[in-house]
Amino acid sequence: MITASLMRRRSRMIVALLAIAIGATILSGLVTIYYDVPRQMGAEFRNYGANMIIAPVEEGFTDKAFEEGIACIADEDLVGATPYRYETVRIHEQPLMAAGTEFESAKKTSPYWLVDGDWPSSGFELMIGNNIAENLQIKPGETVSVRYEKESGDSEEVSNEVDFTVTGILSTGGSEEDYVYMALSDMEELTNEKGTLDLAELSVSGGSEKLNAYADKINSGAYGYDARLVKRVTASETTVLSKLQALVLLVTVIVLALTMICVATTMTAVVTERRREIGLRKAIGASDASIIKEFMGEGMMLGAVGGILGSFVGFLFAQAVSVNVFSSSISFRPLLVPITIIVSIAVTAIACLFPIRSATAVDPALVLKGE
Amino acid sequence: MSLLELKNVSKIYGELHALDDVSLAVEKGEWLAIMGPSGSGKSTMMNIIGCMDKPSKGEVLLDGVDIAKENAKNLTNIRRDKIGLIFQQFHLVNYLNALENVMLAQYYHSIPDEKEALEALERVGLLDRAKHLPSQLSGGEQQRVCVARALINHPEIILADEPTGNLDDSNEETVVELFRVLHEEGTTLIVVTHDPEVADVAQRKIVLRNGRIAKQTVNANFTGHIRFEV
Ligand SMILES: Nc1ncnc2c1ncn2[C@@H]1O[C@H](COP(=O)(O)OP(=O)(O)OP(=O)(O)O)[C@@H](O)[C@H]1O
Ligand SMILES: [Mg+2]
Repeated sequence: MITASLMRRRSRMIVALLAIAIGATILSGLVTIYYDVPRQMGAEFRNYGANMIIAPVEEGFTDKAFEEGIACIADEDLVGATPYRYETVRIHEQPLMAAGTEFESAKKTSPYWLVDGDWPSSGFELMIGNNIAENLQIKPGETVSVRYEKESGDSEEVSNEVDFTVTGILSTGGSEEDYVYMALSDMEELTNEKGTLDLAELSVSGGSEKLNAYADKINSGAYGYDARLVKRVTASETTVLSKLQALVLLVTVIVLALTMICVATTMTAVVTERRREIGLRKAIGASDASIIKEFMGEGMMLGAVGGILGSFVGFLFAQAVSVNVFSSSISFRPLLVPITIIVSIAVTAIACLFPIRSATAVDPALVLKGE
Repeated sequence: MSLLELKNVSKIYGELHALDDVSLAVEKGEWLAIMGPSGSGKSTMMNIIGCMDKPSKGEVLLDGVDIAKENAKNLTNIRRDKIGLIFQQFHLVNYLNALENVMLAQYYHSIPDEKEALEALERVGLLDRAKHLPSQLSGGEQQRVCVARALINHPEIILADEPTGNLDDSNEETVVELFRVLHEEGTTLIVVTHDPEVADVAQRKIVLRNGRIAKQTVNANFTGHIRFEV
């Protein structure tokens, strides 16, 4: 009886069904994104990145001072300490900034670095920033010649050229993409100069109090550099993510509220349209309970169908968003199907409450009176 | 004891006495016609008898139960079990076919029984129209579906408010003939009508005026057959 009644009043119901289906689509889509994107992006973020930076007071510092400084930090608290030395080099006649570093510890202090190819693992291997790779059309596996020239000054001039193999392209979304990375030892050989550093990044575990204490201890050593605390990349990224999640949640709630309003409006229109019929049903013996049952039945059926449609379309929607925005695909979550259906049914049921109240309030004697 | 007894019933809307101290008894199996000018309180009386409205004053005894004192839920049950309603505007559910409209009354009463519903349609001569929607039926056919719907649950009283008001003579005759058969089977009939020919078929006729019974006549040569003045 209910299905027949739904089938013969298709157009009106299609509007309500569409609203529910769209609501359910947004619900299942956004919830999928809500859970999946942080899971994918957060894997890296969850690792510790650098949270302390050592920068020279004037111009550079020695590797000996660096060793002494980090010795202030207990071994078990030091996750990684990465020295950096910067020099200008030329590749394909282009002047570029080269950073000499220790890759093994860079992996620890910059866990979010995305390398297309491999990290350098032996001598005379290069990792180049994405921007440079694009500008100079360099691909992993290529061999490039790196030229170093020391400007004429007080000491003797150096001009040196060494072949490096490019193992990987670095993507970070930041300024790192404008650098060429090589092992510190390779840079010392290329420049024929040892023992100087320009910067170091440290990853130290512990709360801010402990970190401050370490920084003070290093600074009191007067090694010719300052230790500064920096906010972990992780921390800010997680905040962004949680804000994104809050936004997604908010949008979902708003969409569900809109769905509810749309369904309530449609059902109210349906009830108004069918006042006479409701009066007739009551006149021939329908109790309030059976009127409620009928309209609720209709509403919940719409909710179920809309929910089923929405949970699948929602997955496709989430997949499309994920692929286009985050360039990663997501896995189908079977649990979301029943949840979406239940939420859709609940939303429709709530939306139906007010219209159904007005349906039970219909007075048959009044509505069945002649025109 | 009469099947239906109204004792000093009034229905008051503000200043207006739609029914004014009406007393009336209807016996089981009786065929009663109610006439009267527009606004005289005919529909008001039918609504009260039909448990869709309550009097402001007085008692309405149906099978010895004072329906003026029952709550809405009990009134629904009494209406469902004892009353069959026929309206001037038919009031069929427009998206249900003739058969489903009849079965709807069964649905609220007990359980839908297609065979029984088809038999009811056969009685009103509409077996071949069972699957037609109301919009595909003529006015007379629609009213016959209403009759089938009203009799399907074997009510004690059938209340018809202007059942022939929208029908031509030949359809009017068909409907009155159905009433005659129902009367012969012992159903109590109360028919509100403006049409003297329809009123004159009944066993007894009352005329309402300003909410009061102005006149009562008993049909001495009752046959149950309609006589058209030529
Ligand atoms: N709900 C209501 N509120 C106020 N007045 C009402 C209401 N229902 C009916 N009335 C009044 O009660 C009086 C009797 O109405 P009723 O419908 O019983 O007349 P009727 O005899 O059926 O007339 P008709 O032949 O036109 O159908 C009328 O004056 C009408 O205006
Ligand atoms: Mg009337």
